Amino acid sequence: MEFIFYFGDVFTPINFGLLLLGTIGGLILGATPGLSPTMAVALLIPFTFQLEAAQGLILLGAAYTSTVAGGAVSAILLKIPGAPANIATTLDGHTMAKNGQGAKALQLSFLASAVGGVFGVLLLIFLTPVLAKWALAFGPSHLFWLAILGVTVIGTLDSKSVVKGLLSGCIGLWLATIGFDDIMGAQRFIFHPALGGGINIIAALIGLFAIPQVITMFAKGRVASGAEVIEVQKHSVVDAMKELMRNKRAMGIGTITGSIIGLIPGVGGQIAGLVAYDQSKKFSPDRDKFGTGHPEGVIAAEAANNAMVGPSLVPLLTLSIPGSPTAAVLLGGLLIHGIFPGTDLFDNHPDVAWTFINSMLIGQILMCIFGLYVAGMAAKVARVPQSIMAAIVLGLAVFGSYSVQSSMGDVYVMASLGVMMYFLERFGFSAAPLVLGLILGPIAEANFIQGSMIANATDGLTPYFFGGTLNIFLIAVVILSVLYSGYMELRSRRYTSKEEIIA
Amino acid sequence: MKRLLAGAAMAVMGLTGSAYADGHGDFPDRPIMMVVSYGAGGATDFQARIVTMTAGNEDALGMPIAILNKPGAGGRVGWNWFATQADADGYTLSAYNIPHFIAQSIKGGVEYSSDSFEPIANWGADPAVLVVGADSEFNTLQDVVDFTKANPGKLTTSGAGLFVGHHIAALQMEKAGNMKMAYIPTKGGGAAAMKAVIAGDVMAGINNLSDAFRAAQAGNVKILAVADLERNEFLPDVPTMKEAGLDVDNSSVNFRGIMVPKGTPDAIIEKLAATVPAMFDNKRVTGKMKAGGSPMHVMTRDEVKAMWAAREETLKELLAGL
Repeated sequence: MEFIFYFGDVFTPINFGLLLLGTIGGLILGATPGLSPTMAVALLIPFTFQLEAAQGLILLGAAYTSTVAGGAVSAILLKIPGAPANIATTLDGHTMAKNGQGAKALQLSFLASAVGGVFGVLLLIFLTPVLAKWALAFGPSHLFWLAILGVTVIGTLDSKSVVKGLLSGCIGLWLATIGFDDIMGAQRFIFHPALGGGINIIAALIGLFAIPQVITMFAKGRVASGAEVIEVQKHSVVDAMKELMRNKRAMGIGTITGSIIGLIPGVGGQIAGLVAYDQSKKFSPDRDKFGTGHPEGVIAAEAANNAMVGPSLVPLLTLSIPGSPTAAVLLGGLLIHGIFPGTDLFDNHPDVAWTFINSMLIGQILMCIFGLYVAGMAAKVARVPQSIMAAIVLGLAVFGSYSVQSSMGDVYVMASLGVMMYFLERFGFSAAPLVLGLILGPIAEANFIQGSMIANATDGLTPYFFGGTLNIFLIAVVILSVLYSGYMELRSRRYTSKEEIIA
Repeated sequence: MKRLLAGAAMAVMGLTGSAYADGHGDFPDRPIMMVVSYGAGGATDFQARIVTMTAGNEDALGMPIAILNKPGAGGRVGWNWFATQADADGYTLSAYNIPHFIAQSIKGGVEYSSDSFEPIANWGADPAVLVVGADSEFNTLQDVVDFTKANPGKLTTSGAGLFVGHHIAALQMEKAGNMKMAYIPTKGGGAAAMKAVIAGDVMAGINNLSDAFRAAQAGNVKILAVADLERNEFLPDVPTMKEAGLDVDNSSVNFRGIMVPKGTPDAIIEKLAATVPAMFDNKRVTGKMKAGGSPMHVMTRDEVKAMWAAREETLKELLAGL
């Protein structure tokens, strides 16, 4: 209960001002394509040099929270996921925006983010010691199986045909092998100097999602643009809250999946949204509506990616191991003030630790209020004529992919992947499984190789990868997931006509 | 902010004024950019930001240094860019990591060697240390050596990738002890390697002193030995490997400093080499570095040149036949 004691510190004028600044700034940075939460926090670090430790962390914590949620804005309105966390949001969110329900999608996403986010931070406050053990429980073999579990989702994610889903997943897995491999020291498929560092995930995301859409808009030409102005429906916040209450299942699945997966160092943040989306689809009676602008999809994805924020800091705050790139940047913010995360932080600087955690709690709520305020206005973006919109999105795509690591190479990667995706989409492939392959490939590969190196030096491959409760549990879930997909595929075949399959 | 604005204004002025700056007498007359080949938040980035934060002071360069991260492939992306595309006019600096870039250039596949760059000054030296989990049965380096000799190839040891300081230290340990360890490179740098030790995924690990010091303070690991010539001020009780019986020198120490591309005018190199070491010795800089647990080791251009040459020689010998 120690955290309540430090609540007052959040509300001193300077601290609260910084919290507001971090939240609003974070929303704007998060909504800008290419500025991922990691980037946004890194940009703010130099400003914290001049501040006190607690104040600096308030700014960083608020910015982290709200950039994750802010990413939903560009995901929904422009179909550019700001970070891997927002991929799942585009699937239903952007479709809703195209149907004129942009305001509703944004409101739902901010409300769901706040609920998930508050839950995640509460977990961080009350269960940190337990969670720290859980975070450490995942060794290379477990992370390998976890990645395989992700691979089983690929076939059914956002595509009508399992085969096409798997194929585009394979393209993603191949793209993931490009670059210099840290573990074996091999150079793979570096056929252009821009690929030396591998394919940057943010640049790939922007290209795969935004560029096909830009080309489609340009291809329509100027004639059609006037006729296609979407009417933006107004949507009241009260209705959005009611809608959220109706979708308790998606909300719950999103929050819990996000919190559990967010905890796992190195993996969590990237796939929490997608796994939650897939799970709530599997458990929903309206699973056919997913992908066509279904509110449940937005709610599950956004609840999950904000629920992840709190738990993702557990390994950093307790064990001093940054579990995600953003946590690594936050570590820098702590070290600059001479504070070491771990026991030192909670024993010797409780004022810093708890003020930081509390500010994330309050930050979630502030983020929700500001988010809801802008939702109505932001949704009007959909009314911008398509030809202008295409130019704006293209500009943002170039800016976003360049700014990730100030490299023109990333812009080339973004553009070529985008053009490739445009043609793939015309043949019924979709971007989400491809991106999932791109994310999971390195996780599965690195952990398999590391695991097998350890296994070969110790007790052999079979006991290492198939022994132990957690391994067996994960394998069981993988098998269940495959069986379930197979069953659903068979059942849907029975009820679909030949023509539908061909289409 | 004021400094930034002033910097931006000077940058604009610099564009028009560069024509008469041939003598380099007024260098620098606009803000300077420094490339860091690792991601934001990593140890190199963190330290680079601290040591350059007083660059704008009148007694230093009088112009701010902005950090630009170009991460990827263990630093290769940033250094490739720096060697081939950076302007050699003194306004583009880069941080270097020894032994990383020298080892990479020896192994090949990159567009630089130690001849592509001119060192300016060194700011930090982060030795590699041997760590084991807090509840490990190993308590001294001798315990580890005994185990490894009795069980060749069974001591799983994590480190941050191939041809980095950690890997070099492991190779040197194997050579000095005439033994075989199982070096497990991790993806995700020193943090992932440290996690593997704390979680018990591996039996031991080689990691940066600065990160290991924090983990030891938190009670998560035991530090058994330092791969350096002398004991470290942060860890006065931990023996060097040599003291503990393994003939390992300081070749794996991660030296960090500033360099410029080859071809930068001599006048500018001299000006930088004269001012930068003093900038590192600034009280605010040393205070922040110490607070962050980052060991400092300021070296002048000539000292760095000698160090580079010595490293090149040892690494060539060590990496031959790998």
